Amino acid sequence: MELADYGWWAQAVRWAHIGSGIMWIGHLWYFNFTQTPTMPKIPTELRPAVVRFILPEALFWFRWGAMFTLVFGLILAYMNGYLIDAIKLGIGSNNHKFTAIGFGMWFGAIMWFNVWFIIMPNQNKVMGVTPATPDEINAARRTAGLASRINTLLSIPMLYCMVFAAHYY
Amino acid sequence: MEKLLNSLGGTVIAGFVLTVIVVLLIHAIH
Repeated sequence: MELADYGWWAQAVRWAHIGSGIMWIGHLWYFNFTQTPTMPKIPTELRPAVVRFILPEALFWFRWGAMFTLVFGLILAYMNGYLIDAIKLGIGSNNHKFTAIGFGMWFGAIMWFNVWFIIMPNQNKVMGVTPATPDEINAARRTAGLASRINTLLSIPMLYCMVFAAHYY
Repeated sequence: MEKLLNSLGGTVIAGFVLTVIVVLLIHAIH
Protein backbone atom coordinates (compact mmCIF):
# COMPACT_ATOMS: atom_id res chain seq x y z
CA MET A 1 0.00 0.00 0.00
CA GLU A 2 1.28 3.44 -0.93
CA LEU A 3 -0.31 6.77 -0.09
CA ALA A 4 -0.03 7.70 -3.76
CA ASP A 5 -2.10 4.64 -4.69
CA TYR A 6 -5.33 5.86 -6.38
CA GLY A 7 -7.20 2.70 -5.41
CA TRP A 8 -6.32 3.22 -1.74
CA TRP A 9 -7.77 6.76 -1.82
CA ALA A 10 -10.93 5.53 -3.55
CA GLN A 11 -11.45 2.99 -0.75
CA ALA A 12 -10.68 5.67 1.88
CA VAL A 13 -13.43 7.83 0.36
CA ARG A 14 -15.76 4.77 0.35
CA TRP A 15 -14.93 4.28 4.06
CA ALA A 16 -15.84 7.94 4.77
CA HIS A 17 -19.01 7.61 2.64
CA ILE A 18 -20.19 4.53 4.57
CA GLY A 19 -19.26 6.04 7.95
CA SER A 20 -21.20 9.23 7.19
CA GLY A 21 -24.06 7.10 5.86
CA ILE A 22 -24.26 5.15 9.12
CA MET A 23 -24.32 8.47 11.02
CA TRP A 24 -27.19 9.67 8.80
CA ILE A 25 -29.36 6.57 8.40
CA GLY A 26 -28.65 5.50 11.99
CA HIS A 27 -30.23 8.73 13.20
CA LEU A 28 -33.05 8.48 10.64
CA TRP A 29 -33.94 5.01 11.93
CA TYR A 30 -33.53 6.19 15.54
CA PHE A 31 -36.12 8.93 14.91
CA ASN A 32 -38.56 6.59 13.15
CA PHE A 33 -38.12 3.33 15.07
CA THR A 34 -37.39 4.70 18.56
CA GLN A 35 -38.04 8.38 19.31
CA THR A 36 -41.28 9.09 17.42
CA PRO A 37 -43.15 5.93 18.55
CA THR A 38 -41.97 6.46 22.15
CA MET A 39 -42.88 10.16 22.50
CA PRO A 40 -46.60 9.54 23.24
CA LYS A 41 -45.60 7.18 26.09
CA ILE A 42 -43.37 9.79 27.77
CA PRO A 43 -45.04 11.79 30.58
CA THR A 44 -45.85 15.32 29.35
CA GLU A 45 -43.53 17.02 31.87
CA LEU A 46 -40.56 14.98 30.62
CA ARG A 47 -41.07 15.57 26.88
CA PRO A 48 -39.27 18.95 26.79
CA ALA A 49 -36.06 17.10 27.73
CA VAL A 50 -36.27 15.19 24.45
CA VAL A 51 -37.26 18.21 22.33
CA ARG A 52 -34.81 20.68 23.89
CA PHE A 53 -31.77 18.49 24.49
CA ILE A 54 -31.76 15.19 22.58
CA LEU A 55 -33.53 16.30 19.38
CA PRO A 56 -31.26 19.27 18.47
CA GLU A 57 -28.12 17.19 19.05
CA ALA A 58 -29.49 14.23 17.05
CA LEU A 59 -30.57 16.55 14.21
CA PHE A 60 -27.06 18.06 14.06
CA TRP A 61 -25.40 14.69 13.43
CA PHE A 62 -28.35 13.65 11.20
CA ARG A 63 -28.14 16.61 8.78
CA TRP A 64 -24.33 16.75 8.61
CA GLY A 65 -24.22 12.95 8.21
CA ALA A 66 -26.52 13.45 5.20
CA MET A 67 -24.31 16.20 3.77
CA PHE A 68 -21.04 14.27 4.08
CA THR A 69 -22.64 11.04 2.77
CA LEU A 70 -23.70 12.89 -0.39
CA VAL A 71 -20.37 14.67 -0.86
CA PHE A 72 -18.21 11.57 -0.31
CA GLY A 73 -20.62 9.52 -2.46
CA LEU A 74 -20.28 11.90 -5.40
CA ILE A 75 -16.48 11.97 -5.02
CA LEU A 76 -16.42 8.15 -4.89
CA ALA A 77 -18.57 7.81 -8.03
CA TYR A 78 -16.32 10.31 -9.83
CA MET A 79 -13.13 8.55 -8.72
CA ASN A 80 -14.55 5.20 -9.85
CA GLY A 81 -15.47 6.71 -13.21
CA TYR A 82 -19.21 6.01 -13.19
CA LEU A 83 -20.71 9.30 -11.98
CA ILE A 84 -22.34 10.25 -15.30
CA ASP A 85 -23.40 6.66 -16.15
CA ALA A 86 -25.02 6.36 -12.71
CA ILE A 87 -26.86 9.68 -13.06
CA LYS A 88 -28.21 8.33 -16.38
CA LEU A 89 -29.28 5.12 -14.53
CA GLY A 90 -26.90 3.11 -16.68
CA ILE A 91 -29.06 3.63 -19.76
CA GLY A 92 -26.86 3.04 -22.80
CA SER A 93 -24.06 1.48 -20.74
CA ASN A 94 -25.25 -2.16 -20.79
CA ASN A 95 -24.09 -2.54 -17.17
CA HIS A 96 -26.43 -3.52 -14.31
CA LYS A 97 -24.01 -2.02 -11.78
CA PHE A 98 -24.47 1.53 -13.09
CA THR A 99 -28.25 1.17 -13.05
CA ALA A 100 -28.25 -0.15 -9.49
CA ILE A 101 -25.86 2.50 -8.14
CA GLY A 102 -27.76 5.12 -10.16
CA PHE A 103 -31.07 4.28 -8.48
CA GLY A 104 -29.27 4.32 -5.12
CA MET A 105 -27.75 7.72 -5.86
CA TRP A 106 -31.08 9.21 -6.94
CA PHE A 107 -32.84 7.85 -3.84
CA GLY A 108 -30.01 9.22 -1.68
CA ALA A 109 -30.17 12.62 -3.40
CA ILE A 110 -33.95 12.86 -2.83
CA MET A 111 -33.42 11.90 0.83
CA TRP A 112 -30.64 14.52 1.20
CA PHE A 113 -32.96 17.17 -0.28
CA ASN A 114 -35.70 16.12 2.17
CA VAL A 115 -33.31 16.46 5.12
CA TRP A 116 -31.96 19.91 4.27
CA PHE A 117 -34.97 21.59 2.63
CA ILE A 118 -38.05 19.97 4.20
CA ILE A 119 -37.23 18.25 7.50
CA MET A 120 -34.79 20.82 8.94
CA PRO A 121 -36.79 24.03 8.17
CA ASN A 122 -39.89 22.41 9.70
CA GLN A 123 -38.04 20.96 12.70
CA ASN A 124 -36.61 24.43 13.35
CA LYS A 125 -40.18 25.68 13.75
CA VAL A 126 -41.01 22.76 16.10
CA MET A 127 -37.90 23.44 18.22
CA GLY A 128 -38.53 27.19 18.32
CA VAL A 129 -35.40 28.11 16.35
CA THR A 130 -37.64 29.71 13.72
CA PRO A 131 -40.56 31.75 15.11
CA ALA A 132 -43.96 30.18 14.32
CA THR A 133 -47.58 30.21 15.51
CA PRO A 134 -49.01 27.11 17.26
CA ASP A 135 -50.88 26.20 14.04
CA GLU A 136 -47.69 26.56 12.00
CA ILE A 137 -45.82 24.40 14.52
CA ASN A 138 -48.44 21.63 14.25
CA ALA A 139 -48.29 21.78 10.44
CA ALA A 140 -44.48 21.78 10.55
CA ARG A 141 -44.45 18.72 12.86
CA ARG A 142 -46.70 16.83 10.42
CA THR A 143 -44.68 17.82 7.34
CA ALA A 144 -41.33 16.95 8.96
CA GLY A 145 -42.74 13.63 10.18
CA LEU A 146 -44.05 12.67 6.74
CA ALA A 147 -40.76 13.62 5.04
CA SER A 148 -38.89 11.57 7.63
CA ARG A 149 -41.16 8.57 6.95
CA ILE A 150 -40.66 8.97 3.18
CA ASN A 151 -36.90 8.88 3.80
CA THR A 152 -37.29 5.72 5.91
CA LEU A 153 -39.25 4.13 3.06
CA LEU A 154 -36.63 5.19 0.48
CA SER A 155 -33.73 4.07 2.69
CA ILE A 156 -34.68 0.40 2.13
CA PRO A 157 -34.30 0.30 -1.69
CA MET A 158 -31.43 2.84 -1.43
CA LEU A 159 -29.47 0.47 0.81
CA TYR A 160 -30.25 -2.46 -1.51
CA CYS A 161 -28.93 -0.51 -4.50
CA MET A 162 -25.75 0.58 -2.71
CA VAL A 163 -24.87 -2.89 -1.37
CA PHE A 164 -25.80 -4.91 -4.44
CA ALA A 165 -24.14 -2.45 -6.86
CA ALA A 166 -20.86 -2.82 -4.94
CA HIS A 167 -20.98 -6.55 -4.25
CA TYR A 168 -23.34 -8.29 -6.66
CA TYR A 169 -24.04 -6.62 -10.01
CA MET B 1 -50.39 7.73 1.24
CA GLU B 2 -50.33 9.71 4.49
CA LYS B 3 -52.19 6.86 6.24
CA LEU B 4 -49.55 4.40 5.02
CA LEU B 5 -46.68 6.64 6.16
CA ASN B 6 -48.26 7.14 9.58
CA SER B 7 -47.79 3.41 10.10
CA LEU B 8 -44.19 2.38 10.72
CA GLY B 9 -44.92 -1.22 9.65
CA GLY B 10 -46.67 0.01 6.51
CA THR B 11 -43.69 2.23 5.69
CA VAL B 12 -41.23 -0.67 6.01
CA ILE B 13 -43.41 -3.01 3.91
CA ALA B 14 -43.75 -0.27 1.26
CA GLY B 15 -39.94 0.05 1.31
CA PHE B 16 -39.55 -3.65 0.52
CA VAL B 17 -42.23 -3.45 -2.20
CA LEU B 18 -40.40 -0.50 -3.77
CA THR B 19 -37.16 -2.53 -3.56
CA VAL B 20 -38.78 -5.34 -5.59
CA ILE B 21 -39.94 -2.78 -8.17
CA VAL B 22 -36.42 -1.33 -8.36
CA VAL B 23 -34.88 -4.80 -8.81
CA LEU B 24 -37.30 -5.46 -11.68
CA LEU B 25 -36.46 -2.06 -13.21
CA ILE B 26 -32.71 -2.75 -12.97
CA HIS B 27 -33.23 -5.93 -14.98
CA ALA B 28 -35.78 -4.35 -17.33
CA ILE B 29 -33.38 -1.56 -18.32
CA HIS B 30 -30.81 -4.12 -19.59
